[in-house]
Amino acid sequence: MSATTMSGEPISATTAAEHGVDLLQGDTGEWELVVGLEVHVELQTRTKMWCGCSTDFGADPNTNVCPVCTGQPGALPVVNEQAVRDATLLGLALNGEIAPICRFHRKNYFYPDLAKNYQISQYDVPLVNDGWLDVEVPTGDGQSVSRRVRIERLHMEEDTGKSLHVGDTGRLHGADRSLIDYNRCGIPLLEIVSRPDIHDADTAQAYLRELQSIVRATGVSDARMEEGSIRCDANVSVRRPGDELGTRTEIKNLNSIRSLGRAIAYEAQRQIGVIEDGGTIVMETRHWDEGRGVTETLRVKESVTDYRYFPDPDLVEITSPAEKVEAIRTLLPELPAASRARLGEAGVTPEQAAAIIATGLLPWFDDAVAAGADGAAAANWLVGDIAGQLSAEGLRIEAAGLTGAHVAELIALIEDGTLSTKLAKQVVAGVIDARGAKGPAQVAEDQGLRQVSDEGELRTIVEQVVAANADTVEAIRGGNDKAIGALVGQVMKETRGQADPRKTNELLREVIG
Amino acid sequence: MALSADEVRHVARLARLALTDAEVEALAPQLSQILAYAEQVGEVAAQDVEPTTHPFALRDVSRPDEPQPSLPREDVLAAAPHAEQDRFGVPRIVSEEG
Ligand SMILES: [Zn+2]
Repeated sequence: MSATTMSGEPISATTAAEHGVDLLQGDTGEWELVVGLEVHVELQTRTKMWCGCSTDFGADPNTNVCPVCTGQPGALPVVNEQAVRDATLLGLALNGEIAPICRFHRKNYFYPDLAKNYQISQYDVPLVNDGWLDVEVPTGDGQSVSRRVRIERLHMEEDTGKSLHVGDTGRLHGADRSLIDYNRCGIPLLEIVSRPDIHDADTAQAYLRELQSIVRATGVSDARMEEGSIRCDANVSVRRPGDELGTRTEIKNLNSIRSLGRAIAYEAQRQIGVIEDGGTIVMETRHWDEGRGVTETLRVKESVTDYRYFPDPDLVEITSPAEKVEAIRTLLPELPAASRARLGEAGVTPEQAAAIIATGLLPWFDDAVAAGADGAAAANWLVGDIAGQLSAEGLRIEAAGLTGAHVAELIALIEDGTLSTKLAKQVVAGVIDARGAKGPAQVAEDQGLRQVSDEGELRTIVEQVVAANADTVEAIRGGNDKAIGALVGQVMKETRGQADPRKTNELLREVIG
Repeated sequence: MALSADEVRHVARLARLALTDAEVEALAPQLSQILAYAEQVGEVAAQDVEPTTHPFALRDVSRPDEPQPSLPREDVLAAAPHAEQDRFGVPRIVSEEG
């Protein structure tokens, strides 16, 4: 039997050659890596998918629970209309087709983190079909190449509860019982399934990063991997170029974009090794062990899993007439690709543009430029010193009270010569300390941070330094040009670091003659 | 349509039910009767009738995204076979499904 998608059509994959990706070299020849990704996104609606329980993240265990989300007999689920709107918006952002009619199925499931013994999901007619994503893959030389990854489907389902394994070891293996908190159970979840169009780890990472940026841009989720609001599983196989698709394994427990790349690279080599040693790949789920850098068998799929999907009789079909879809389309924000292009035109480098978008700093950039800042300068400060200081303090920019207007004010103070770069960094620290209650000009004034560039004032200090360092001056006159650095240092010391370095240099040369 | 004993065992395994041979023997004709009953629908299904999952002409039943009160936790945990640390205690999970 050949592999098919969930809707029954044969799986079509692109080839590495089409994407300009190198083949992998084994002992017996070349291999092509084929990867498809399944990404789950937890929506940030106020209530769960089928009931009015709150989705509040930090709530005490089992306090956001009702008869519907614990599957009590007779309880009836009702669709959260915001979740459908959010899913539609993301589907449009991923260039997908919105199904005019879609429905929900029950997927049989036998683990206690879903109390119903089934998960409500979508099967034959998902909400979204046939999308695609163009991803920019860095080529390592500061350049990037664009690759298209097709998206098979996006469907709506529900999250599971959270399990705590207790007993001897605290880990799943050896635990003697599991404790379940159903607060997360029933929170709206989207599953986004890519086609097997990925042929290297870099593209897989770029796809996940781009998807994460798009999810954040649409505002449907904060898409934080570390908090589990975006999760990724990878389907990995290898084949000889031109052959049918090989048997795939599914890799789970990928907790970061870095893990995704490492796990794919490891799994490709493992599969090539098995086949070249005369073995065969078993269809199975494998667990990525981040510490040891290996994948391990979690469970073997002895047959194609029979989830016995059937239409949920408690839920009716959802229609998406063209006018509803078009109304949602008008809510689409600027997407990362367009943001990158716009930042590029404003003089921002591709790396900085990617960093601004990925870290959610775009609104600060836009505010700074609107307040008169030069784009390249604003980008430099935001992803450079400001991001560095915030990360050292463990603060998000909103918590630090820093605004785009502050960034513009800082840059203006540098441009008019009031602050040197070094002093400006102290001013940033001051604004963060004040949590934004004081702007850069106020901080500079309060702390007496002002570059000494007044010609007369600086000349007096330069003359004193020259007079006091006769030996150094002699050396400079004798041709040791580098020695001037020592004198610049002296002037800086006299002015507590506030001298304009360029002007100091000029005056020193003038006075020494 | 008559179900074989193997088919009954397969269905039982999917439903995580352990059946004795005697139960399989008893259930095979019963399940076959239920199937035959459902097959009667096929006799009236015409080409021009769309397959349906509902007897009602309802679509787009939804609710606004407005929080409603949940149950008091004592009531929730009262339904648990074993409660511990404000959670439902269950036998250990053998393997995890995603
Ligand atoms: Zn609920």
